[in-house]
Amino acid sequence: MSKVTLTVNGANRELELDTRTTLLDALREHLQLTGTKKGCDHGQCGACTVMVDGQRINSCLTLAVMHEGDEITTIEGLGTPGNLHPMQAAFVKHDGYQCGYCTPGQICSAVAVLNEIKAGIPSHVSADLTVAQQTTAAELRERMSGNICRCGAYSNILDAITEVAGGQT
Amino acid sequence: MRFDTPATTNPIDQLKIVGKPVDRIDGPLKTTGTAPYAYERHDVVPNQAYGYVVGSAIAKGRIASIDLSTAQRAPGFLAIVTADNAGRLGRGRFNTARLLGGPDIEHYHQAIALVVAETFEQARAAAQLVRVDYVRTDGMFDLAAAKDSWTPAAGLGAPADPGVGDFAGAFPTAPIQLDAAYTTPDHSHAMMEPHASIAAWEGDSLTVWTSNQMINWTVGDLAQTLGIAREKVRLISPFIGGGFGGKLFLRADALLAALGARAARRPVKVALPRPLMANNTTHRPATIQRIRIGATRDGKITAIGHESWSGDLPGGGPENAVQQTRLLYAGANRMTATRLAILDLPEGNAMRAPGEAPGLMALEIAMDEMAEKLGLDPIEFRVRNDTQVDPENPGRPFSQRQLIECLRTGAERFGWNKRNAQPGRLRDGRWLTGMGVAAGLRNNLLTTSAARVRLDHRGVVTVETDMTDIGTGSYTIIAQTAAEMMGVPLDKVVVRLGDSSFPVSAGSGGQWGANNSTAGVYAACVKLREAVAQKLGFNSADAVFGDGQVRSGNRTVSLAEAAGESGLVAEDAIEYGDLGKQYQQSTFVAHFVEVGVDVATGETHIRRMLAVCAAGRILNPKSARSQVIGAMTMGVGAALMEQLAVDKRRGFFVNHDLAGYEVPVHADIPHQEVIFLDETDPISSPMKAKGVGELGLCGVGAAVANAIYNATGIRVRDYPITLDKLLAGLPEA
Amino acid sequence: MRSFTYERASSPAEAAAAAMRTEGARFIAGGTNLLDLMKLEIETPTHLIDVNGLALDKIETTTEGGLRIGALVRNTDLAADERVRRDYGLLSRALLAGASGQLRNKATTAGNLLQRTRCPYFYDTNQPCNKRQPGSGCAAIGGFTRPLAVIGTSDACIATHPSDMAVAMRALDATVETVRSDGTVRGIPIAEFHRLPGDTPHIETTLVPGELITAVTLPKPVGGKHIYRKVRDRASYAFALVSVGAIVQRDGTGRVALGGVAHRPWRVEAADAEMPRGAKAVAERLLAGARPTDENAFKLPLVERTLGAVLAEAKG
Repeated sequence: MSKVTLTVNGANRELELDTRTTLLDALREHLQLTGTKKGCDHGQCGACTVMVDGQRINSCLTLAVMHEGDEITTIEGLGTPGNLHPMQAAFVKHDGYQCGYCTPGQICSAVAVLNEIKAGIPSHVSADLTVAQQTTAAELRERMSGNICRCGAYSNILDAITEVAGGQT
Repeated sequence: MRFDTPATTNPIDQLKIVGKPVDRIDGPLKTTGTAPYAYERHDVVPNQAYGYVVGSAIAKGRIASIDLSTAQRAPGFLAIVTADNAGRLGRGRFNTARLLGGPDIEHYHQAIALVVAETFEQARAAAQLVRVDYVRTDGMFDLAAAKDSWTPAAGLGAPADPGVGDFAGAFPTAPIQLDAAYTTPDHSHAMMEPHASIAAWEGDSLTVWTSNQMINWTVGDLAQTLGIAREKVRLISPFIGGGFGGKLFLRADALLAALGARAARRPVKVALPRPLMANNTTHRPATIQRIRIGATRDGKITAIGHESWSGDLPGGGPENAVQQTRLLYAGANRMTATRLAILDLPEGNAMRAPGEAPGLMALEIAMDEMAEKLGLDPIEFRVRNDTQVDPENPGRPFSQRQLIECLRTGAERFGWNKRNAQPGRLRDGRWLTGMGVAAGLRNNLLTTSAARVRLDHRGVVTVETDMTDIGTGSYTIIAQTAAEMMGVPLDKVVVRLGDSSFPVSAGSGGQWGANNSTAGVYAACVKLREAVAQKLGFNSADAVFGDGQVRSGNRTVSLAEAAGESGLVAEDAIEYGDLGKQYQQSTFVAHFVEVGVDVATGETHIRRMLAVCAAGRILNPKSARSQVIGAMTMGVGAALMEQLAVDKRRGFFVNHDLAGYEVPVHADIPHQEVIFLDETDPISSPMKAKGVGELGLCGVGAAVANAIYNATGIRVRDYPITLDKLLAGLPEA
Repeated sequence: MRSFTYERASSPAEAAAAAMRTEGARFIAGGTNLLDLMKLEIETPTHLIDVNGLALDKIETTTEGGLRIGALVRNTDLAADERVRRDYGLLSRALLAGASGQLRNKATTAGNLLQRTRCPYFYDTNQPCNKRQPGSGCAAIGGFTRPLAVIGTSDACIATHPSDMAVAMRALDATVETVRSDGTVRGIPIAEFHRLPGDTPHIETTLVPGELITAVTLPKPVGGKHIYRKVRDRASYAFALVSVGAIVQRDGTGRVALGGVAHRPWRVEAADAEMPRGAKAVAERLLAGARPTDENAFKLPLVERTLGAVLAEAKG
C-alpha cells in the first residue's frame, strides 16, 4: 500500500492505495469519479484521457503513486450538466458522440489540443516545423487521433472543436 | 395496438417535435461523464468485489487439470468460479459456445474461471496464478480449407438456396458475363466500452447492472443458463458504450458476475479485459463469396447468382451475405446460396448490418465490374436494373423504393460527372484520385414493442420501456414521440430505458429499434390520451393535445390538472399484422466516395464521402445523421484496415487488442455528408419511419473499393484493401 | 500485475545502485510501455525505481555544437524544441509520427529507446515467445507475420523494434549516455545500442544490469533536408509497416535509416553511399540478405518505393 495526495479538479484528495493502482483506477474505483473511462487499459484508445498539470495523458498507463502533488483535471472538472464547459456544449450541439463512452476522453483531449496548438507544439501534419501552427481541420484530426470513437462521430467532433477554436481566437 | 393497415394521418404528422434535429436529451450527461455505465455503478449496491476472467490458452481440447491453490492463497482472494464448482449450467438460446468452458474447450479465450478478490489489482494478480494444464486437440481454423465441407444453411427465416427462373440455363447464355470471387475477413465489433456487469443476489433474486442491447433476450438467457426462473432476474442497462451487435446476447461478464457473486456471497463486478474481447466474444465471420451476373448488351441483368461460404462453431449459423442480392436488382433468373462450414474459431454472430455488410462489399464491386464490361456508367447500370417489386415474388411491391433517386441526387451533389470513367488517369500531386459509388439496401424489420407512459400532476410525461440506447439516440426520439403525442414540450418528458422491470421493447439490433420502439411509445400514448379524455369526459376522437393542455370544444384543461394527484398511466404495445408480408419493406442508400491513393506507397486516404438515404420518416435528422456517418466510418474501416488475423495453426485471432486490430481514427475520416430523401412510409408503422443505423454501413466498403479502382485501375476483391495489395499494380513512382 | 515495492530515486547514480541492490528492479519513467506490459505480466518487476524526479529533463547545447537531451525529456517537448525543429527536423518528425499526443506527453527519450516489440505473439502470454520466455520457441514464425521483421531476423525471433524516434536517432548518429551502479558513465553509440535477436532475443540492448540512461547526445547538425516518412495501415496512431528516415544533402548524398523492418532501427552505412544513385540502389544495399515471409515480403518493394518518394521530395 502507498499513500498519495492528488489535487483532483481543485480538491485535495488523500488516498491509500495498492501501489499497483493506476491513476485511472484511482479516479474510477477509489474517488468514484467515473467520468474518465476505461476502454482498453493499455494506451490504445484514449478513453481515459485526463489532464495532469495541464497536459493530457492516458491515465491507464501511469501509477497513481507517481502523481504525488499533481493537479489532475478530469471531465468532471470541466463542467457539469447544468453548467457545461464550452467544449462540452459544442459536443452536444454538434452531436459529437453517440454511445458516449469515448466522449469524456475526446473532450479532455480537445481542450488540451487547442492549448497545444496555442503553445506552438507541432504535429505530424504540420507542413513547416519552424512556423506557428494553425487550427486547421487536418491539424485537429491528427492531434485528436489518439482518441478512438468506434461509433464514428469524428466528423461531428471536428465540427464541435472547430467551433470552440473559432470562439477562442 | 394492432397495426395491420397502412397508417393514416395521426398526431405524429404534426411534426412539431418529431422530425426536428433536436439535441440529444442525454447529451449533458454524456459530455460531463455523469451518464452511468455498467461498471461504474458504485451507487447501486455496497460492498462490491472485483472479478477477473481467465480465458482459455488453447483453441480446442480440454483442461487436463487446473490448480487453484496458489490463486486461493493470493492476497485479497475471495472466491473462484470454474466449471467444476459452478453447478449445472444451461446454455442460452442465443449462445453457441458455453460462456464458462471446461473441461472441454470450444474456442480460444473461452472463459474458464473467474477469480474474485477485494480489489481489481488483487483479482487481476490472482487470476494470473490459476495454473491450467491443457490437452490440445486438432481443430479446423481455415475457412478456405474448410469451404468444401460445407452444409447448406438457412439465414433467419430464409430458405438455404432461394431462387427463381433458370439461373443455370440463363447465365451461360448471357452475352455479357461476370464470374468473380470475393473475400471479407473476420471483423471485431471493438466497441469502446468493454462488456461489463455488476451482479448482486438478494436471496434467490438476481440483479445485474450490465451493458446489453437486448434486455429481454438476455434476461431469458441468463435465467436459462443459471437454471432459475426468469422472474428472478432483473437486468438494468441504461447506458451502453457501444454494441454493434456485440452486446445483443448474454456474455461471459454477466454470467460470471452472477456466479462470482453467488460464490463470494457479495456483489461482484466484472469487465472483460480488452485483450480478451476479440476471441472471448462474438465477431462477424469471414466470408468467401462467388458472384455471377449475366446481362444483355444494353445492360439488363438476365441472371444473377450469389453464393457465400462462412464458418462457425458446431451449432452456429452462417453469415447471410447473399440476402440483399435477392432484392436489390431486377433479373428473371436468380440463385442465391448460403454455405456453412464448421470452424473451431471463436463464435461468429451478428455485427452491424449482418449479411448485408459483407454481402454488399462483394455485390457492389461486382456491379461496378459489370458496368465496366458493359461500358456503362455504374449509376446508369444500376438504374437500368431497378425493380419496384420483390424480384422473387413480383406480386409483392416494395412499400417505398427510392434507390434511383438516391443515386441521382448523390451524383448531382457529389459532382459525379467529374469522374473519369477511365481508371488511373487523375493525379493530384502524390495522389492518384478516383471516385466510387455503391448502392445499399437494408430491410426494415417489424417486431412487437411495448411501453408504459405516465402523466403526473406536474404535467410531466414519463416513458418506461426496456428499449436500449446504444448511442443510437433512443432516449431522444422516444422523448420526441411522447412529446408530440401528448402535446408537451420536450423538457416535460422523462425517458427511462434499459430495465427489465419495464415493458418489453424491440431492443436495439438490426436497425429495428427506432421505428418499433417509438411505435410502441406511440401506442401507449394513444392509450394515455384516451385515459385523459375519458377522465375529463372528452370524446377522445376530437380531444386536441397541445401546449401542455387538452382541448375539446371550448373546454381546455391542463394535463397536470387532468392527471391529478394520482396521475394516469397507460401501457400498450405495437403489434404488427401482415403488412410486412404484403410489402417488402426496405431502406436504401447510395454511397459516394472519393479517394486518393499514394502513388508510391499505396496508402489510401478518403477525401470525401456522401450518403444519400431513403429510409422513411427521419425522426431526428441530427441523431440519424450521426448513425449514418458512424456507419460510414465503420465501412471505411472494413474497406481499408479491419481484419482479425487468424492464426490457422493455433486457432485464434492474433491481433486481439486495439493496437493490433486497427479501426479508423480521426485522421482517416474526412467531413462526411448525409442527405435524407423526403420520405414517409405509412406501411412501416404509425411513425412512418424505418431505420438508418445499419443502412449507413451497407455498400460503403464497395464504394471505397470502387473508388480505389477508379483511382488506380487495380481491382482488389479481397478485403481489407491494404497497401500491400496495391503495390504491384501501381505505376513507377 | 504482480506486487512490487516502489521508491523514488534521488540521483542517477543512486538509482543505478538501487537497481543493482534489488533483484528484479526496473526503472520507471513515462511508464507507457512498462505498465502496459506489467498488466499482462510480460514484465514482472519486483521493485520499481521511479526516476521521474531526477533532473534529467533538460535539452542543452554541447560544446561540440550538438545537443544533449536528458533521458527524461518527454517526446512532446523534444519534438517541439526549437533547436530540434530547426537543426534535427528528422528527429522532430519521427517523434510526431509516433503514438498519440497523450502518449508523447508522457513517454521519455530513454523509454522510447527501450520500447519492447509490438509482436502480437510477444503480447500474448499463452503463446511461446523466445523474447518473453527464452527457449519457449517462436509462435510468430509460420503464423501472422505481416507486421514483423524482414531482415536481421533469426530462427528464434522475427520481431521488430517499434520506435520511430530510434530510427531518427540512428540516422543522426546519436550516443546514449549512461551511468552504472558503480557510478561510472559511458557513451554507447546508437549503432551499438540495439541488438539483433540472434539466439537471445530477450536481450535487446547492450545495457548491463542496473545501467541507467541519463541522456542522448546528438552530434552537431549536418544540414540537409530532413524527411521521415512513416507508412502504415491507418493515417495516425499506428505502428509503422515501414518507415524511412533520411537526411539528404543538395548534392544527393546523405544518410538513411529504416523502421518497421528489423529488430533494431535499420541502417547500413554502405547504403548511404548509394544515395546519389537513387532508391533502387539504396534499397538493394539496405535490404541485402532480407528473409521476408510470404505475408511481409511486400515490405521490400514498399521500402524501395517509399525511399523513392523521400528522395524525390528531397529534390523537390
